[in-house]
Amino acid sequence: MIDVFVTSLHNLLTLHHLGYMMIGVAVGLIVGILPALGGIAGMSLLLPFVYGMEPTAAIAMMVGLLAVIPTSDTFSCILMGIPGSSASQATVLDGFPLARKGEAARALSASFSASMIGGLFGALCLTGIVIVARPLILSFTSAELFMLAIFGLSMVGVLSGSSLAKGIAACTLGLAFGAIGTAPANGGERMTFGSLYLMSGLEITIIGLGIFALPEVLDLLRGNSSISSTGKLGRGWLDGVRDTWREKWLTLRCSTIGACVGLMPGLGGSVSDWISYGHTVQTAKDKSQFGKGDIRGVIGPEAANNSCAGGNLIPTLLFGIPGSGSMAIFLAAMILIGLQPGPGMADPNRDLNLTYTVVWTLALANVVGTAACIALSPSIARLTTIRFVLFAPFMILIIVFGAFQSTRSFEDIVALLVVALTGIFLKRFGWPRPAFLIGFVLAGQVETYFYQAVQFYGYGFPLRPIAIVIALVTIASLWFTSRSRMRQKEAVPGGITTDIEFEREEDETAAARNLWPQVVFTAIAVAFFVFTIVEGAENSFLDAVFPIAVGMVGLLTAATVLFWQVRGATGRGTAGNMNFDLDDGTTSGSLWRFVGWLVGFVAAIGLVGFTLALIGFFVAFLKVVARSSWLQTLVLTAAAVGLVLLLTSILHMNLPGGLLQNQFYDQLVWPLR
Amino acid sequence: MADFTRRQLLAAGSAAAALGLVGARPAFSQASVDFAGKTVEWWMPFSEGGGSDVWARFFAPYLSKYLPGNPNVVVRNVPGGGSITGSNEFVARARPDGLAILGTSGSTQFPFLLGDPRVRYDYAKLIPVLVSPTGGVCYLPAKFEVKSPADLGKIKDQELVYGSQGATSLDLVPMLAFRLLGLNVRHVFGMQGRGDGRLAFERGEATIDYQTSSAYLTNVTPLVEADTAVPMFSWGVLDAEGNVARDPTFPDLPHFVEAYEMMHGQKPSGVEYDAYLAFFGSGFAAQKPCMLPEGTPDDIVATYRKAFADAVADPELQKAKADVLGDYEQAVGDDIEKLYAVATSIKPEAREWVRNFLTTEYQVKL
Repeated sequence: MIDVFVTSLHNLLTLHHLGYMMIGVAVGLIVGILPALGGIAGMSLLLPFVYGMEPTAAIAMMVGLLAVIPTSDTFSCILMGIPGSSASQATVLDGFPLARKGEAARALSASFSASMIGGLFGALCLTGIVIVARPLILSFTSAELFMLAIFGLSMVGVLSGSSLAKGIAACTLGLAFGAIGTAPANGGERMTFGSLYLMSGLEITIIGLGIFALPEVLDLLRGNSSISSTGKLGRGWLDGVRDTWREKWLTLRCSTIGACVGLMPGLGGSVSDWISYGHTVQTAKDKSQFGKGDIRGVIGPEAANNSCAGGNLIPTLLFGIPGSGSMAIFLAAMILIGLQPGPGMADPNRDLNLTYTVVWTLALANVVGTAACIALSPSIARLTTIRFVLFAPFMILIIVFGAFQSTRSFEDIVALLVVALTGIFLKRFGWPRPAFLIGFVLAGQVETYFYQAVQFYGYGFPLRPIAIVIALVTIASLWFTSRSRMRQKEAVPGGITTDIEFEREEDETAAARNLWPQVVFTAIAVAFFVFTIVEGAENSFLDAVFPIAVGMVGLLTAATVLFWQVRGATGRGTAGNMNFDLDDGTTSGSLWRFVGWLVGFVAAIGLVGFTLALIGFFVAFLKVVARSSWLQTLVLTAAAVGLVLLLTSILHMNLPGGLLQNQFYDQLVWPLR
Repeated sequence: MADFTRRQLLAAGSAAAALGLVGARPAFSQASVDFAGKTVEWWMPFSEGGGSDVWARFFAPYLSKYLPGNPNVVVRNVPGGGSITGSNEFVARARPDGLAILGTSGSTQFPFLLGDPRVRYDYAKLIPVLVSPTGGVCYLPAKFEVKSPADLGKIKDQELVYGSQGATSLDLVPMLAFRLLGLNVRHVFGMQGRGDGRLAFERGEATIDYQTSSAYLTNVTPLVEADTAVPMFSWGVLDAEGNVARDPTFPDLPHFVEAYEMMHGQKPSGVEYDAYLAFFGSGFAAQKPCMLPEGTPDDIVATYRKAFADAVADPELQKAKADVLGDYEQAVGDDIEKLYAVATSIKPEAREWVRNFLTTEYQVKL
């Protein structure tokens, strides 16, 4: 055993190995900082170079990249409110409000230090666990994974804000969105309207960008200031590190959650992200600042997503089952260089030293990556002090380009627009978006594992020992949540404004005088749930169970919300905490003007293709909205177009085309086609 | 102009993969066809990191090496719609100039064979230049004490469980095979890949499974050595005449047709067997074809066929192919048409039978 350690350390600490690791780290930093590109894009960038490389060098390079992406993608989460990857969506919730308060520097350094600890802790756990990981992973069957998914769903209670009914309704809405596409059991196509695009369901990237990032961008545009409302970067780097140190137990707990979830094949980064965020909120005494810029809301998920990346390596290396999209490419690269993952990777007499080299490269790259991020932060954080109207077109470009990475078709962009409209209304009417995300992230797992568990173990599957333990943890967690909800309710007379308000900034009151807009939205939600049930029922029994069940719960809760709102709207009583409308009586101008810009951009892509639409959008936006000089307009437009063309040519992509491209494809040359 | 810039960028971006191989070798030229300075796009209707993607990326540098003028060969992923989207786009867009080729897999062939109305590609019109076979081994838990296919009759009344990726996925082949053998198998769907199915087998949830050759060698061989699993049969390969033959990776293991004979004492036949053969060919024996668009001139087709034949004969490729291609003979040159036809065609009555079977037994809407 000792000699295995020695061999691995020896491999690790050669100049050759470290050199390639640094290349990976550098690419990972760049790819992570550019928000639209996550681990998948980074890995596909490296893939062509991997072929023909010496195996340990190739591995060092790829692991270097994998290790830093969960750290470096924090920049866009905190500074722009754009989730850098599907595993860092929760960071946006508190990170972005912190940046807006002018505390970007503190949020970044807290997040980087938490990431580093998470990464190191993850590597430490893995070192110990590799040998016994096989039986451990095998003991988590579909039954246990289903119970874990239910545990994840139970976090909705914590993430619901003041109205539990809206929380559950938002969560079921997420579950229903997750049911779109080919069903796991009989392969029936649900809510696809016969389109090939929806056949594989909506991508988590598009959901994250549409639900969180776009509504935020549009909202900021109304304010016409910089992201940092004070125009400053605010105090200190050291404060952030101190925050993480103060919350060291939270950091370690969330690292543990991340490593465990990462270890389980089939759960993935976004699940660990949301569970750890829920855990962070749940265990905090003072919950009042979550969603408005609580530093703990950054530390928890950031610790978890780095250790999760480490945990993910285990099923990939030991079973050849990739835990995430980037792991799938890692796996492919291993096969290309002639390494077939399997049980041999945990065998001291065979490839265990390789596994340790991988795990420790991960740890080392984490440290290097964190140092680089901290060094880069002061200059990057300045972005938050730029006049937002100049910055906004870039953010919209990044978001649209990021969404387009999913399947590289125009439909991605249309889907983004539809999801963003949903996100805007969820935000405006106080339907908790985190609850929606939890629902969406877990929809596939809940359905698939329930069906498989029943098939494999019958309806008695929850009685398996580990499943019982998870069930007890879930019950304890629910009890804990409900107790703290009750307690806070008592503390505030009338019990109306309590708990966390994810959708509210500052202390403005969001109770509207005119309730009809929210009544209309809730009515649409009710109609959508009815549609989910009716459409779902057309499928074969196994494919119909999930949408019908989800639709029923959603219908019930949304109808409750509607009942109270109609009561309030018609003046027959108060709507209580169901009444919530951020736009009622707002003074900062209309949101719809900017939605119009977005729709115009998308429509232009549909007509003349991405490149031309991009030029048109930039020039028009900068001249009309930002009132820039021609020089500034042209420079910024050229920069945007240059960036996009560089990325697409490196990634061998064609940009989405429109009618023009459909008609004249043969006559056009890249990048117009 | 724009095109020129792009080419330079492409060269900078991906030349490294091919650099070591292209080198100073003199480019032979096939009559007038010359791709010097051009970029060949290998369309891939799957996302990065899948089996087909790895296959294309493995071949790309060798293709570049043996095409006259040594063009850049880049893999362009167009994922979505279960690989129908990208293939549809290819037939709509690609020009017959030899600068665009399409690589597909069983999961692209199956909807075509099943007559999915959303398929707009027609394999009969595409021109094959390479066909790569793959294989797999079906195995059982040792506890059944079935030593060989001859004993399979012992468990034919017992319900076996198979972890499947879906009734119209590649797992349609084992579904048809088990049914043909007369085994009573319950298919549990929703597996995300064959790896998930193997995990279910190792947990004892699934009681029959198959793995593709390389996954079998690394992951199932240890189970066989530990006496927890017993191999039953390989799917086999197709020889030049289109007959099922033993898998060269597992020469000691009977192939499916032999297994059927050992169990039933006669060769399989009938419409069910025709259906099985079509999907077996498409899903295994000729799983991954690489094709040129309809209407490509003969000299370009000949150039590509020769390039792939030379690439497959390259000692470097032979040395590196291990896990990506296995020991299977790559169909190149003139042998290709027959194998390609097996992979991409089905008798009308067999198609009807499968469609009917899937609709009535598995409520699949076609």
